[in-house]
Parts: sequence; C-alpha cells; structure tokens
Amino acid sequence: MAWTFDRRDVLKGAGALAATVAASPLRAQAPPSVAVSDALIEAARKEGRVVYYTSIDLPMAQRIGKAFETKYPGISVRVERTGAERVFQRIGQEYASKIHAVDVVNSSDAAHLIVWKRDGLLAPYVPEDVAKHYPDEHRDPDGMFASFRAGLSVMAYNTNLVKAEEAPKSFADLLDPKWAGKIVKAHPSYSGTILTATFQIARDLGWDYFDKLAKQRVMQVQSATDPPKKLALGERAVMADGNEYIVFQVKEAGQPVEPIYPTEGTPLVIGPNAVFKAAPNPNAARLFQSYCFSVECQQLIVDFGGLRSLHPQVKEKAGHRPLKDIKLMKEDADGVEKQSDEIKKRYTQLFKV
Amino acid sequence: MTLALPGQKAGRQSFKVDLSVPLLLTFAVLLCVLILLPISWLVMYSVTMVDPATKERVLTLAHFRTLFSDPDLVEPLITTMIVAVCSSVACCLVAAPMGWLVARTDLPMTRLIRALVTASFVTPPFLGAIAWEILAAPNSGLLNKFYRTVTGAEMDSYLFNIYSMPGLIFVIACYTFPYVFVLVANALDRIPGDLEDASSILGAGTWTTARRVTIPLVLPALVAGALVAFLQAMILFGSPAILALPAGFHTMTTKIWSLFQYPPKPELAAAASLPLLFLTVMLLRGQQMILGRKGYSIVGGKSGEPRLIRLGWFVVPAMAFVIIVLMLPVFLPYFALLNAAFSPLATTLVTPETFTLKNFYFTFFELSTTHLALKNTFILGAAAATIGTVLALVISYATARKAVRGYQVLGFLATAPLAIPGIVLGVGLFLAYTRPPFVLYGTLWVLLLAYITIELPAAYQQLQSAFRAVHPELEDASRILGATRLRSLIDVTAPLLRTSVLATWCFIFVSTIRELSAAIMLFTSETKVVSVLIFDLKESGDLGAIAILGLSMLVLTFTVIIFVNRIPGFGSSGLRNT
Repeated sequence: MAWTFDRRDVLKGAGALAATVAASPLRAQAPPSVAVSDALIEAARKEGRVVYYTSIDLPMAQRIGKAFETKYPGISVRVERTGAERVFQRIGQEYASKIHAVDVVNSSDAAHLIVWKRDGLLAPYVPEDVAKHYPDEHRDPDGMFASFRAGLSVMAYNTNLVKAEEAPKSFADLLDPKWAGKIVKAHPSYSGTILTATFQIARDLGWDYFDKLAKQRVMQVQSATDPPKKLALGERAVMADGNEYIVFQVKEAGQPVEPIYPTEGTPLVIGPNAVFKAAPNPNAARLFQSYCFSVECQQLIVDFGGLRSLHPQVKEKAGHRPLKDIKLMKEDADGVEKQSDEIKKRYTQLFKV
Repeated sequence: MTLALPGQKAGRQSFKVDLSVPLLLTFAVLLCVLILLPISWLVMYSVTMVDPATKERVLTLAHFRTLFSDPDLVEPLITTMIVAVCSSVACCLVAAPMGWLVARTDLPMTRLIRALVTASFVTPPFLGAIAWEILAAPNSGLLNKFYRTVTGAEMDSYLFNIYSMPGLIFVIACYTFPYVFVLVANALDRIPGDLEDASSILGAGTWTTARRVTIPLVLPALVAGALVAFLQAMILFGSPAILALPAGFHTMTTKIWSLFQYPPKPELAAAASLPLLFLTVMLLRGQQMILGRKGYSIVGGKSGEPRLIRLGWFVVPAMAFVIIVLMLPVFLPYFALLNAAFSPLATTLVTPETFTLKNFYFTFFELSTTHLALKNTFILGAAAATIGTVLALVISYATARKAVRGYQVLGFLATAPLAIPGIVLGVGLFLAYTRPPFVLYGTLWVLLLAYITIELPAAYQQLQSAFRAVHPELEDASRILGATRLRSLIDVTAPLLRTSVLATWCFIFVSTIRELSAAIMLFTSETKVVSVLIFDLKESGDLGAIAILGLSMLVLTFTVIIFVNRIPGFGSSGLRNT
C-alpha cells in the first residue's frame, strides 16, 4: 500500500509541531491573548460540551456551569468535583492510561499547575481578561494558567456553642486543653487548600504545632469545604482549618458560624485554572476558560461563592473583610511542590489517618 | 454467549451438532481470564519492585516486610480483626433468636418481618453508615439531641458516638445480620417437625429437644452465618471510610484504598491485599469443613410442617425485640435520610415551615453528574445481572448435570471470587486492565467485569441448588426424543427454573447497585456510578444531596424487585436467598 499524504495530514503534523513548540518551557513569551470570537463559539457549540475537573465546592462549581450554559446555549458543562489532591491523582491515573477526559481544570493547590506544565500537559491559552487585567504574579509567563480564584483557609467557630470572647484567636489557642475533642479539621491528602495551608503553617509555626494539635482528638474530615458544614450542624465547636468562602456561605444562610483570622496570619490559597493540551473539546475548553476569567464569572464567585477574585474590576462583597485588611501568610507554590509528598506523609503519621 | 445462536439453529436443522462442549470450554476459559488475570497481577506486584537504577521489575519481599513491621499497616490489620470478630458475634446474638422467633414460633407478621430484613439487606451499608452519622454523631446526631432534650444534659454530653470502634462495629452489624438471619431462618424452616415430635414422644422436654435436636441441626447454619458476617465485616470499605477516618483510625480496606491515593503505592497496596485474600480463603475452607462434617442432610419423604411454638404472653417482649432490631438498620436510618432530604440542615428535624425541595432540585437539576451516574448504575446493574445470570446458569448446569469432563474445575472457578474482597479485586483489575493487551480502565467494561466476578459465586450457588431440584429425567426424555442438549435446556429446564433465575437476576442487580469497594478503585469521571458519587458527596459534606441520591437508589432497587416479582407467570419468587 502506498502512503499518500493529504493536506489534512500535513496540517495535523504542523499543528502538532506548533503545539510542541508552544508547550516548550524555553518559550519566554506568552501567546497573544484571545478575545472570544464568533468562530470560537461556533466551534465550541459543535463540540457541545466541556468537562471541568475542579476542587471548588460543588454547588459553586455547578452554578458556574449553569451560568456558562445560559450564556452559551448548546454547550453543557460536566462538573467533576473532588478534592484538589484527588483531582491531581485522578488526572495522573487517567493520563497514564491514555484517558483524556479533562478539558479545563481548577485546582486549589497551585503546585499542581507547576507539575502539569513541566510535564507538558497544558495548552497555552490566555483569555483577554487575563491579558488585560491580571497582575503578572497571577498569570503564568508562558500563558499556561492564571489564578482563577483566591481563598483563605481560616479558623471558625459555632456561635451557639462558643461565646465570641471565648473563641480562639490564634492557632496557638487551639492547643489549649479546653478545645480537646471539639475541633474539626480537613485533610491535606484530599484538599489542596489544606495542603497549601499545612505547608504555610508548618513553615511559619513549625511542625510542633501539628504534633500538639494531633493530640487534641480532632475530628478528621476530608474536604476543606466540610469543616464549616460540620460547624453549622453543631457537630464540633471550632474548626482548625477550612474554606473561608464556605464559612461565608453558611453564615449568610443563617447558620451560627463566624470566621476567625488567626493572629499568626491566615494561609492564602491560590486556585489557578488551565486548559489541557489533549482536551477532548478544545474549543469549548477555551471558551469556558475565557468565561471563567470574565468579570461576570469572577463577580459570581465572589457574590454567590464568597470567594476572592484577582480581577481588579471585581468588587469585594459587603460584609467580607477585604483581603488587604487581613494578615496573610505568604503563598509559595514552588515550596509546596517540593514538599507535597513529605507533608502528606508527616501529617498521616501525626494524625493516624 | 454468541455461540448460543448457532446452537439453536443447529437444533432446527437435521444435523444435530452438540455445541455444548465448546460452549462450556469457552466459559471455562472466560472464567479463568476473569479471575486469574487480576489475581496474577496482584501477586506479581506484591513481590516485585521497580529497580530505580535499571527501571526493571525485580523480585523483592520488601513490601511484606513493610506490611508486617510498619505500625501504620499493622494497626489497621489488628483493628480489622477486632471489628470483624465483634460484629460477627453481634450479628449472631441478634439474628439467631430472631430467626428462631420468625421460623419456629407463632410470632405474628413474619412475612412482613422477613420483608423488612430484606430491606435492611438491600440498603447499601455506606448509606446506612451516613444515615447513622446523622443519627448518632456525638453532638449533632438526632438521637443525641433527643437525649439531651429529654434529660436536660450538658451541651457536650452524648449517648452515642458513632465515630468510634463500637460505633463502627454496630453499623457494620446492622447491615450484615441479614446474612446470618436468612441462613438460620432457612435452616429452621427446613427442619421437619417429625424429628422434634419424635424427641418429645420419647419423653424429652422442650429444652432437651432444643438442645439435642434443634440446635445441632441449625448449628452449621449459624456457624456459616458467623463466618459470612466476619467476612463481610472484614472486606467492607464504605462504613469504615465514613466512620473510622473521622475518628482517626484505619481498617485494612481503607488503608489499601489510601495506598492508592497520591503518591500511589500499588505494590504495597497489592501486598496489603493478600492477607485479606488469604484470610478469606482460610475462612471459606473452615466453613466448608464445618458444614461438611455436620451436614445433616434432612432427607425423608413427606414430613410434617415444623411445629410452631406458642409464645403466649412472651409474644410481647419477642415482638418488642424484633421491632427494636428492625428499627436500627431500617426505620431509623430511613427516617434520618428522609429528614435530611427535605430539611435545610440534615440534623435538624424538618417542620412544615422549613420543608424544602432545595436538595431535590440541586440533585436532579443542577448536579451534572447525577444523570450520568444513574444511567451508568442502571446499565451496569442490568448488564451484570443478565450476563451474570447466564454465566451462572451455564456453569451450574454443567456441574449439576456433570455435563463435561472437569466440571468440578468450573464449579471451583465460579466460587473462587468469593475469596476475593471487592477492594482487592478492584486493585487487581486496576493493575490488569490499565495496560495492554486489555486496556479497559476508563470504560464501563472494567466495572462490569468487577461486578460479574463479585456476584458470580452467590448466583452460581443459588442456581446450582435450583438445578438440583429439577430431576434430570425430564431432560433425558427430551434428549431421547432427539433434541440437542441446548434445546432441551431451553425447552424443558429453563421454564422450570425461571423463578430461581429471576431471583438470581434480582440478587445480582441489587448487589451491583450497592457495590462501592471495587467501584471506588475503578471508576473514572465518565464511568461514575451512584455509590461512588455518594461517597464523593460524603467527602465534601453534602448530606442533603446524599439523602436524595440514596433514597432514589432505594426506590430504584425496590421498584426493580417489585416489578420483576409481579411479572405474570413468575409468581412471587422473592429474594428468597437474600
């Protein structure tokens, strides 16, 4: 049989080459930003769906999906939500078996993006809003990802069970014997938020803090979204870590929950978004990525979700303490990337699960 | 399965080719692949490691050394043994008297009681565990709140703490006692009244009769039940994942699962799986020995109905006992789930003012994985039930009629998966089907294989006993009149067996949709099933959606059972072996 090349094959080859060049870390410049064009919308509509792997709280993620579906009818959003560390494991497991199911990812562990980028799994794509408005520290220089959301891992308490003046003010306060058996805490092997927070706390306060906290008979849950819900149920009085945005959500739903910004500083958690190179729906993926960074979507995650946005045109929600007024711990994705396995191992040894 | 068609055609033509031998051989090969492939990978992984220098697999016993020396792995093993022994004993203590009351006394409403035991059997254990969290979490649990309201006790005091070893044992026992109950009640049903009558006529009192006749006759069933309960408790994944992890301890199954989390250690997971496999094989051998030695076959032509013992005034405490026992796995958890489904806060009692459809709306109209998961679950349940029943039917025919040489091997292979706990099978299938030549991971096929493998033993055992009940002379007559083996099977035997076949189908369907431990190892985002979705929701604390999904799952289960049992001509087959 004779080999025949047709034009499409050649184009495919060229495309693959271009993609390789684009993915190469040697490239110093990000690709030019892309405005949402009618052609992109049309191509995305042909694909008909986008698969979004995310660690954001499920109702929030579904709300983003619904808003996107309303704006672009005919393209459905499949949300696959689990903890960021699980998302990372799942994508690794799926890619190892050559299953390319994920289009767009959002992880609350920014270190994952470093790994995915290094492994050449991400597609360079810079939405217009990112190029125009996002500060340099919140966008990858090669255009592989940008900070979709920022969140805090706070402490909190149930106001029915604890009086405001008796509530702990700092991480150190949690080690008081009076809190034994009353603390709920999420797990760094599941949640990217908690892994990031554990890294920052261990760096600033030392592992000694966790060593002592582990002796306080904490109730160990998995997701960073769960401790605020456990507080709302009244199952535990205080949470040692968990998502600030869920605390806002349950508080605004009328539950007796109040956040605490520890005096040592509050861990800052950045959750970037990225498009996968092998995305099964590449156009819908790009359209969705653009939507995620639009003012509309960013305002939604602030207003509905209680999250923090890095888009300068987005207004912070009334009643939420502005980010600039909170003493933050320093975010360091590279540091997390280097210590991730070690943190999980040490944590498991201390807390037994 | 595809060979069945040419077989039928051959029957109609004048050439009478008996295709049963190649057919049965195909099944034997199929079974070998089904079971041996994952187990071989498991064993291979457990004794090898990748040499960092050469990147090649080299033999090592390091994983087993770690397994038996690292306290992080030894402790879960000990915990698992304690949990399994305690819940097995608890099951027997509850199920034996209850089985006796239902089968041998004039306790009223026994049909209803048996139906409710079936309900506790079909309730997925992980769903029960979540419901018990809502009921008996130390601070927010409904029962503890009730206790504090009634006694005016302190804020922090509680009656039950479900996040504890006793809590875990209790919840496991709640959903394993039906195994013991059914075995004991069936055994008691089968004891002919004559034997007890004979004993009484010979002058023995009620107690002596019980001690010398009844108890020895049911003892094998009770011991078998205890072993089954032990096994179930040992291999359960959902309940410990839900109740033990918050309390800060692992069992073997949750440990194996956590070894698959990032960074995955498949070799260690494989090594940790083998003790479970070994223990299961030993237990099953033990059960066979006990049953083999004390297998009183209760033969005899027509024997009298079992004598029902009059309870008299004792009926009141007896009934109270039964109601309390049934409250624990059925009434209370179902109530908790219903409340959580329609309440804004799972652990607050719903009132007409607070009644909300928010969770319902969220689950069915916002949650984008609900439809996918329901569809996958239904497809897998129906496919596994159909293929599994066909497979079990053919194999049990071959063994019951000794149709081919080496039929014992078929029988052994069909029962072998009994010795493979779901999570272990999950690990094995994952290792086997994520690489060439069979890349099935990421498809529904790998889950289908898992479900069929897991359910085959029970299906085979049910159908084998059904085959034994149909005398071969009917088939012989058909064959003498010129039908092939397949034709006589289709025309003669099948109609006689349809009740059992239907019961088996139902059994596999129900067991498939409640399966979590193999699915949790094998699912991908596109092949999610409801049980896995519920587990995902559990980890992020979305109790309302869990309640809605769990209730939908129960509705689906009960609808299928009732529907299948109502098909005209099938009579009330029921889940008699469940």
